[in-house]
Amino acid sequence: MTSSAITKAPPPMSLLAELTHRCPLQCPYCSNPLRLDPRAGELDTATWMRVLDEAAAMGVLQVHFSGGEPMARPDLADLVRHAVSLGLYTNLITSGVLLNRDSLKMLSDAGLDHIQLSFQDADAQEGERIGGMAGAQAKKLEAARLIVEDGLPLTLNFVIHRQNAERVPAMLDLAEQLGARRVEIAHTQYYGWGLLNRDALLPDRAQLEATEQAVAAARTRFGNRLAIDFVTPDYYAERPKPCMGGWGQRFLNISPSGKVLPCHAAESIPGLTFPSVAEESLEAIWQDSPLFNLYRGTDWMPQPCQSCAFKEDDWGGCRCQALALAGQADATDPVCHRAPAHDRIEQAIAERPETPPAFRYRRYSNTI
Amino acid sequence: MTTATLLAETCVPRFARGTRLQYDRVREQWFVQAPERAFLADAVAAEILQLVNGKRSVAKIIDQLAEKFSAPRDVIAQDVLNMTQELADKQVLLLA
Repeated sequence: MTSSAITKAPPPMSLLAELTHRCPLQCPYCSNPLRLDPRAGELDTATWMRVLDEAAAMGVLQVHFSGGEPMARPDLADLVRHAVSLGLYTNLITSGVLLNRDSLKMLSDAGLDHIQLSFQDADAQEGERIGGMAGAQAKKLEAARLIVEDGLPLTLNFVIHRQNAERVPAMLDLAEQLGARRVEIAHTQYYGWGLLNRDALLPDRAQLEATEQAVAAARTRFGNRLAIDFVTPDYYAERPKPCMGGWGQRFLNISPSGKVLPCHAAESIPGLTFPSVAEESLEAIWQDSPLFNLYRGTDWMPQPCQSCAFKEDDWGGCRCQALALAGQADATDPVCHRAPAHDRIEQAIAERPETPPAFRYRRYSNTI
Repeated sequence: MTTATLLAETCVPRFARGTRLQYDRVREQWFVQAPERAFLADAVAAEILQLVNGKRSVAKIIDQLAEKFSAPRDVIAQDVLNMTQELADKQVLLLA
């Protein structure tokens, strides 16, 4: 029995709206599930509008329009306008390759609050190889220029791995040159596509430390002009990350087909029923669904989590990582040094090949 | 990273684009909405930020709050100056 059966769970702070899984890029660390939703199953505009109504009413403060590439949806500006009218903070998470003066103006006029623009590398050739799209870099640079010219606040996002880690200083310089207000230097997280490509992506400890030093140096150099968010690769951490701020605590994810998930990888956990916005209200799913109550709070935790002083700091780590590496979603995240399955992490690091293997790109045809 | 310049009372603060103060009717609390995060504004911050409109100077904000709470001006001034500086450092407020 979970505590939420007695007391109401606090409302979620943010909603990740994955409008589509379609994307012109094919990054091998994509956070989308290995089984991508096809276009035919995507929610229609009216359903997304209702979902936004429900999200605002239940206390969601921020909506992140994501994908796939959310700009592949022709109704994006209408959804932004509707979210703005409800008082929701609107963030667009985009690759920028479909962004031009006209599409940006529609979003800006709709009241969009912020854009997070992804780059695969500071180097054009490498970035286009990693993202699997020729000509992408020039489009991204132009997108950044248009966004800053419009006056919208811009965050650049770089996903870091062994094949681009050495260029973190150049990435930070690029963020500053382009006029970004924030930059995310986010090491790859290893589930879904990232896990499939782990040997091609996982850095060694020396590479990790070099990225930490580059970030520290840039913080001194740029001061308050550029905020830098650094996300560590948890394989090298002492303790697990508080994945999603805890299962069912702060965060809702809605897949293109309308499944409501506690995190974007939750569909990798077998044997679960994923509630849909087509069948139930967001509030009912958040409060009462077996899925959201499954790992909410601390009652579900095994040892050593249950007697751990940090159990309400890291919430036992990531359920999807526990499943992927320890074989059980309710195991302690193997990243934790006290986890029974921590050797899986040490093994992955030890067995990392000297030369990275070829990427298995994120495409519908590579879906498992 | 602190800035060396001291904030003057003649400064006129305004919210940077993409940041705002918002009352959350569900939680019955004030929040500062900013890129990729929403953070709680405590009672003091909410009082100050409700007066930020891009026209009022810091001096004027201090005067109004001192009158509203019948408090010594120098006590209020300290709060307002500190918070304005802190939020300018976080790129929430711009100063003109």
